Amino acid sequence: MKTAVVAGALCTLLLGFANAWAVDNTPDLPDARLQQRYEGLIHELRCVQCQNEAIADSTVNLAADLRLRVHDLILAGKSDDEIRDYMVARYGDFILLRPRMTARTAWLWAAPGLLLLGGAFVAVSVLRRRSQLPIEDDPRD
Amino acid sequence: MKRFLLPLVGFALLVVVLVVGLRHAPEKGIIVSPLLGKAAPGFTLPDLMDGKQSVSSQSLQHQWYVFNVWGTWCAACREEHSALLAIKALHQVPIIGMDWKDEDSAALAWLSELGNPYDRVATDRDGLAAIDWGVYGAPETFLVNDAGIVLHKHVGAMSLDVWQQEFVPLLPKTAATPTGAGS
Repeated sequence: MKTAVVAGALCTLLLGFANAWAVDNTPDLPDARLQQRYEGLIHELRCVQCQNEAIADSTVNLAADLRLRVHDLILAGKSDDEIRDYMVARYGDFILLRPRMTARTAWLWAAPGLLLLGGAFVAVSVLRRRSQLPIEDDPRD
Repeated sequence: MKRFLLPLVGFALLVVVLVVGLRHAPEKGIIVSPLLGKAAPGFTLPDLMDGKQSVSSQSLQHQWYVFNVWGTWCAACREEHSALLAIKALHQVPIIGMDWKDEDSAALAWLSELGNPYDRVATDRDGLAAIDWGVYGAPETFLVNDAGIVLHKHVGAMSLDVWQQEFVPLLPKTAATPTGAGS
């Protein structure tokens, strides 16, 4: 009985600490749907100061400012795309962790497909040439 | 002979890609500002010297200015401070400071200790104006022309070399000669 109480108290304490360690101190939005949009956006915006983290995961001051900005813009009735545009206008395409399809980033999106096509072309032409080699060519000599 | 040609071309292309990548490696951490060539963001912020006054983009219309974002918590800002004082002494362009997410008292103490290179200092306590300028790390220094267009941005500590190489060539001839300081 006693150990259960102690264990319970410890768990509560630890959970409390976990809360204190949470990165995001931005106040919650009044409605679950807005909050969900907020969570989505802060995970796709790059912390421009630390560069390899989303602002959702960064403890840097600027990331906190940008989270608050996203929060306020959602409250002001802006759409997700408007908020992305707002960030891109200030920090450039780099702030989007998932790059947009634009004239400048098109090659980024096309590259894997092009490489695959190139590889397939090489493979096919090599195999074709091999299959046309005379058969007597290999084992006896 | 012919069978080596294709791999050789491939190898040469790879070398070109890697050399270009290596050349650009030092600039990789620097984000090119989308503001370049566009209008400087509008702002109205409290004046550090007198909280009742404000420093606004409107009050800076029709003149060239350097916009320097700094804070007393920023080590590289201390490093660049003497360069800013030297640039001020050239009387080419007024320097407007923006004290980013800082305590006014700390900022005032800093300026009286190290000297004040700024014509005006705006205070951005909540960091909103800094976001409008796309600031991601202090110090950052912008050059704005008399049409209100951002011409250049330098990320990191300023130095006289950076000033001479990156900023002076962009100045109009009248300002580039040391006596032509605007008001």
